[in-house]
Amino acid sequence: MKAIAAAALAFAALIAVALLAPQWLVFMSMLVLAKGAVVLGLVVLMRTGLVSFGQGLYFGIGAYAAALLSHHLRIADAAAMLLAGAVAAGVVAALLGLLLANYREIFFAMLSLAFSMILYGLLVKSAALGSTDGLHLQARTLFGIALASGTERRIFLIAGAICVVIAALAVHRLLGGHWGRLATAVRDNELRVAYLGASPFRVVYVNYLIAGALAGLGGALVALAVGHVDPDTAYWTTSGEFVFIAILGGTQSIAAPFVAAAIFEALRTVASQYAPNVWQMSLGLGMLAIIMFLPAGLWSLARRRSAA
Amino acid sequence: MNNILSVAFDGIVYASWLFLMSAGLTLIYGVMRILNVAHGSLYALGAYAACSLAGAWLTAGLPAAGSFAMLLAAAILVGCVFGPLLERGLLQWMYGKDEVVLVLITYAVFLIMEDVIKLVWGVDSMLLPEPYALPGNFMLGGLAYPVYNLIIIAIALVTGLALAFALHATRRGKLLLAVIHDREISMAMGIDIGRVYLATFALGATLAALGGAFTAPTVAVTPGIGVEVIVLAFAVVVIGGLGSLSGAAIGALLVGLVRSATVRYWPEAELFSIYAVMAIVLIARPKGLFAAQEARKI
Repeated sequence: MKAIAAAALAFAALIAVALLAPQWLVFMSMLVLAKGAVVLGLVVLMRTGLVSFGQGLYFGIGAYAAALLSHHLRIADAAAMLLAGAVAAGVVAALLGLLLANYREIFFAMLSLAFSMILYGLLVKSAALGSTDGLHLQARTLFGIALASGTERRIFLIAGAICVVIAALAVHRLLGGHWGRLATAVRDNELRVAYLGASPFRVVYVNYLIAGALAGLGGALVALAVGHVDPDTAYWTTSGEFVFIAILGGTQSIAAPFVAAAIFEALRTVASQYAPNVWQMSLGLGMLAIIMFLPAGLWSLARRRSAA
Repeated sequence: MNNILSVAFDGIVYASWLFLMSAGLTLIYGVMRILNVAHGSLYALGAYAACSLAGAWLTAGLPAAGSFAMLLAAAILVGCVFGPLLERGLLQWMYGKDEVVLVLITYAVFLIMEDVIKLVWGVDSMLLPEPYALPGNFMLGGLAYPVYNLIIIAIALVTGLALAFALHATRRGKLLLAVIHDREISMAMGIDIGRVYLATFALGATLAALGGAFTAPTVAVTPGIGVEVIVLAFAVVVIGGLGSLSGAAIGALLVGLVRSATVRYWPEAELFSIYAVMAIVLIARPKGLFAAQEARKI
């Protein structure tokens, strides 16, 4: 119940932003929502003890799926783009997951990195996909209803908010129940889980699928917000950014990825304004500080306070 | 015939360069279980230091041949300053953490160093063409190649052989191998792990800087040159098997030849091919070609 109340509150806040806030804040909120969704997927995966350094793969697939829809099929519907992003990424995750769910630890991280770099290599060199310039995209309708110019982004934010809030609630339910405990058990001791009769492969596979689809949704949302996609969406530094946000927030709560993404984007905006040359350095220092002093992420601060 | 010859030669040159990068990476992983993302920044530091040192040497009007010594000096300087600095100053507090967390820690170091380099050397690209042009060209199958490429191959060969000799034929090297094989037993036998770690990290850092220093004359040294290198070196090391020196050599050769063949016959697939090789190797042999078997712990 508490989760539904929190989700309703977050949703109401997003609607308020979409209707009332200035354009730049609408844009930022879309980025936060999108990255939060990707990181939420990563958190689901981290519950099984696996960290993917290749979520850029699904982020890129989602973004390009949306762009290709507009560019080659001339479909300019935002809902179709969001759906296409999530589905395309989900399908690829379903295939690669069959392979990757057998890997653990650093090998899982490296193999997922390799796949994201394969996509990057393809995107950079493929003229049909716009090579390094990327592709433009434009969405003019939502569910077939034409949007007044100037309000598109506001409407996209509402559409994105609906998708992401529903997804987050679903993930919350999933992780709060039987499945979430199974995932933690797989992280703690896979062999015992297998002895007890559950399949660690299945847990990892399904969680990988969820992570992929969420990253695809996030990618499509960013594509809608920016109106342009380029190969950097699949580059390893993008994947590294997602891992960073996940560490920043911690894996204990469904809200943590979104809070962390908001902090991250806000800091980035401020830093690029006032200190563009030391942005990466502050990022690195922040990361070290969190790993050393708050290994469970910023969320553990909130929890500590409520316990006290 | 000439085609094959040139593909093979290009491949070997590229493989030599890759080997310099990945030898240090695999050594550090083998001993310390750290997949060091900051390896890319040490490479970049080596390149920048080489530009500054050799540039200063040349502007001072000293004999141009001495610039090679400056490249080497830059690598050793970077390795012996930043290697111990990172290991003693940061990493020694992190041992025992999860391998993935250690990747993140070195990734943070990498991010910090990127900006440090920009602050020290600025964002304009630096050029150091003299050492590349100095030795002239030679003919191979009707094509002219810079002699500098032969120097790269020689450096990789000497480094590889010296490392193999040091690991297998000296006392210190054998201690290192013992630590790679089993850390806990080595500690119980009285090996000072702290010193082994320090030495390994300094050595690995020097190798990364060496790769950077000798790449500097062939490219424009710009911010971000470490970014691509690090993932390439990862690919080589993972193909060969993490922690295996001969694996790194074979992996470098494999990637080098595959890359030069694709560049020649199917240039669009250059980047794609390297990571495709990595994925295929990992699918066939999940821990790489030369990874040691590990006992299963429950």
